[in-house]
Amino acid sequence: MNNALVVEKLKARFGEKTVEFHEFRGELTVVVPKETIVDVCQLLKEDAELQFDLLADLCGIDMYTPAKRFGVIYNLYSLKNKHRIRIKTFVEEEDTRLASVTKVWGTADWHERETYDMFGIVFEGHPDLRRVYMPEEFEYHPLRKDFPLMGIPGSLPLPKK
Amino acid sequence: MGLEHAFGDSFITTQLDAVINWCRKNSLWPMPMGISCCAIEMMAFAGPRFDVSRFGSEVFRFSPRQSDVMIVAGTTTYKMAKVVRKIYDQMPDPKWVIAMGACTSSGGMYRTYSVVQGIDQFLPVDIYVAGCPPRPDNLIHALMALQKKVQRGESRGSFPAYVGDQKLNQPQPLPVKAG
Repeated sequence: MNNALVVEKLKARFGEKTVEFHEFRGELTVVVPKETIVDVCQLLKEDAELQFDLLADLCGIDMYTPAKRFGVIYNLYSLKNKHRIRIKTFVEEEDTRLASVTKVWGTADWHERETYDMFGIVFEGHPDLRRVYMPEEFEYHPLRKDFPLMGIPGSLPLPKK
Repeated sequence: MGLEHAFGDSFITTQLDAVINWCRKNSLWPMPMGISCCAIEMMAFAGPRFDVSRFGSEVFRFSPRQSDVMIVAGTTTYKMAKVVRKIYDQMPDPKWVIAMGACTSSGGMYRTYSVVQGIDQFLPVDIYVAGCPPRPDNLIHALMALQKKVQRGESRGSFPAYVGDQKLNQPQPLPVKAG
């Protein structure tokens, strides 16, 4: 199996205009619109020839641009074909909602919770979208570029001395 | 001294405070608050090579109710601070705190939003230990320095370890109601 097969399958299903491809040193990156993310993942996992059955990682990114500020990156691996690809999708700052892929890969559960915690991306359809690292009453998302490194004073209470 | 002369070699005379403090300093049972990598050095400190039992502190108690000194060993986050404080509050008086390592003492290299920049912001610390992580010798040195404080009856967090004439300007234990 090679990258060309993945490109071919995705083009056949979603059309050339909606899906964007980049290849660098043999690594394929697919950029998809946020509405199609679950369908793309479903296809890549369930297609008999592709079988990307492992979601190796899911993380967020803050591009700090006026449009398409936040991104979510999915690193996939096919155990059968020993092949890796990367999928990216972007959301706007005003509307950070994105469909959850927990129905496709169960392991996305905690990864999506982490991305929600750090970037504030709201995964719709997630079974239990709570923070992972920061205390539950915390109001901010620390890995956003506009969050100060030393935090916001008073936002994390300490016990009294 | 007249009394000792009268009793001969079998007796010594001293103050009760001094004896009790001497007992306390030679049986400081640690509460191992091993939060991150400093805890590995704390284990070496307890193990046979460095052998802290020479100083009477080999009895690591995993219950705060049975401990005298809390060794906070590791990076303390804001989320963990509540837990550390709760465990400290469960320890019986008199009690002491050793802040082990750079992270615990000052935040260390973690100058970020999530790490408390020194546990003395929410705990009364008696001894700070330098190092990242400190060598077990250094922690033994801290324990020896703490023993000197205990002998003098000093404690930053609890009422002083006196039994006789308690200093009135220090915090006192609450009276217990019967029944």
